[in-house]
Amino acid sequence: MSEKPFRVLPELTETTRHFWEGGREGELRFPRCQECGTWVHPPTPICPGCLSKDLAVEAVSGTATVLTFTLNHQHWVPSPDHPYAIAIVELDEQEGLRLTTNVVNCAAEDVRIGMRVQVVFDQYEDVWIPLFQPVEGS
Amino acid sequence: MTDVLERKACLTGVGQSQVGRRLMRDPLELTLDACIAAIEDAGLTLDDIDGLSTYPGGVDLSPGFSGAGIIQVQDALRLELNWFTGGVEMPGQLGSVINACMAVATGLARHVLCFRSIWESTAQGTGGRGGFGVGNGGDGGPPRVGEEMQWTIPFRAYSPANWIGLFAQRHFHEFGTTREQMAQIPLNARKNAQLNPKAIYRDPLTMDDYLASRLISTPFCLYDCDVPVDGATAVIVSHADAAKDCRKPLLQVEAVGSALRGRPSWYLFDDLTTMAMRDAGKMLWERTDLMPADIDVAELYDGFSFLTMSWLEALGFCGKGESGPFIEGGQRIARDGELPLNTDGGQLSAGRLHGYGFLHEACVQLWGEGGERQVPGDPAVAVAAAGGGTQAGCLLLTRG
Repeated sequence: MSEKPFRVLPELTETTRHFWEGGREGELRFPRCQECGTWVHPPTPICPGCLSKDLAVEAVSGTATVLTFTLNHQHWVPSPDHPYAIAIVELDEQEGLRLTTNVVNCAAEDVRIGMRVQVVFDQYEDVWIPLFQPVEGS
Repeated sequence: MTDVLERKACLTGVGQSQVGRRLMRDPLELTLDACIAAIEDAGLTLDDIDGLSTYPGGVDLSPGFSGAGIIQVQDALRLELNWFTGGVEMPGQLGSVINACMAVATGLARHVLCFRSIWESTAQGTGGRGGFGVGNGGDGGPPRVGEEMQWTIPFRAYSPANWIGLFAQRHFHEFGTTREQMAQIPLNARKNAQLNPKAIYRDPLTMDDYLASRLISTPFCLYDCDVPVDGATAVIVSHADAAKDCRKPLLQVEAVGSALRGRPSWYLFDDLTTMAMRDAGKMLWERTDLMPADIDVAELYDGFSFLTMSWLEALGFCGKGESGPFIEGGQRIARDGELPLNTDGGQLSAGRLHGYGFLHEACVQLWGEGGERQVPGDPAVAVAAAGGGTQAGCLLLTRG
């Protein structure tokens, strides 16, 4: 991306810091239940699968599938790159492990449901925003 | 069947303030106008009101989102209450009416004044409709976002137009739904609004106008998004026994839907072609022997046109994924069609009264007070539904 678009940034808290700072090491991280293996997002103190409190942060592969998208045309804030693609992606690791994100490094009009994508990070201040770009050859 | 306590509740009066764009009026005054009108409509006095219920309560989640809370109304009218509640975490805007039904059914109150007041048009000023987290129009340095908002706002998804557009796009993908089909929701609303003297937009709207209008967030264009207004709406919920003292035919609450079964999120709901209304709609039919075919008029939330389509599916007027073909051409949902829909123009043309407008209009139609827009055939059964995104509620009404 030539020029970074404006973004409202998240507050970093002890329960979300792993997610927003993982990009510094190039990792997309979520809490994972150490009992049953369930990935948990957004973070909660208890595994929704087995109610265990033994959760630890782990990295996922970062590959995902676009479940749906919308091309935003409205100028909620001034920005040079309209329309841009907002998408819901599902990580390969688990059904229902999803993020709202942006699909970048391709024309917004080329985004499709079912498209294979890979995480990339864009740093803003102390936050690494996880965005997704098309997997080469998909 | 479970004990359907809501049948002990009746709607006995409705009231509505002036409704308009940038009225520059005190939102509490609008609220009180609606409340007093509803009490008079029921044939009651202030002394009869012993319960008070509202959504979202006295909190300003975004500019103009709440015109008044419980405290201001109770004090301004010097009400003597046995029961009250106001809040935002409930089955949509009409959750506050469902709460009132339960309050009268369980004996906590006899006549509950329910209200929803909003003044987004004045509060948003002239800068256009804002997104969340960016202030109005994006000027100024916004603070950082936390809690649920952090999972959408940093990804430039500032508005429900984005969050719900994602669902609509998935519906288009799975079921072949088209913009021309979805257009029938705003076109039908505008046709009905032309017969509603209080509606904001009453000029004719054509398919060509719709398709030529600017895109907001695909597949939504400008006409798929409701219009912010200032205005307040109130309804009276009475116990069936107490309601006999009221001056109008009783409108019995036959059943309500208040379920929340999927994840309450804009991106984590298990089925991305529907939302919370799926389970609220299903629950409503689990509590009555009536069927979708019995409904004479439907007033279904249209904050975005797609939400009305989702409600049509959730309430079983058509099959899952079939709302596009169901509304195609618009005849079926017209005022003289088999399912008259959003007969006052809805939020898309009459203004974003945020849920309560649909219940108000259902009552107006059942009492035969629709004037020029009155549905023919003396309608006796109506459904009103509101919300639908992460929280949803609906009520089935019958005229006794």
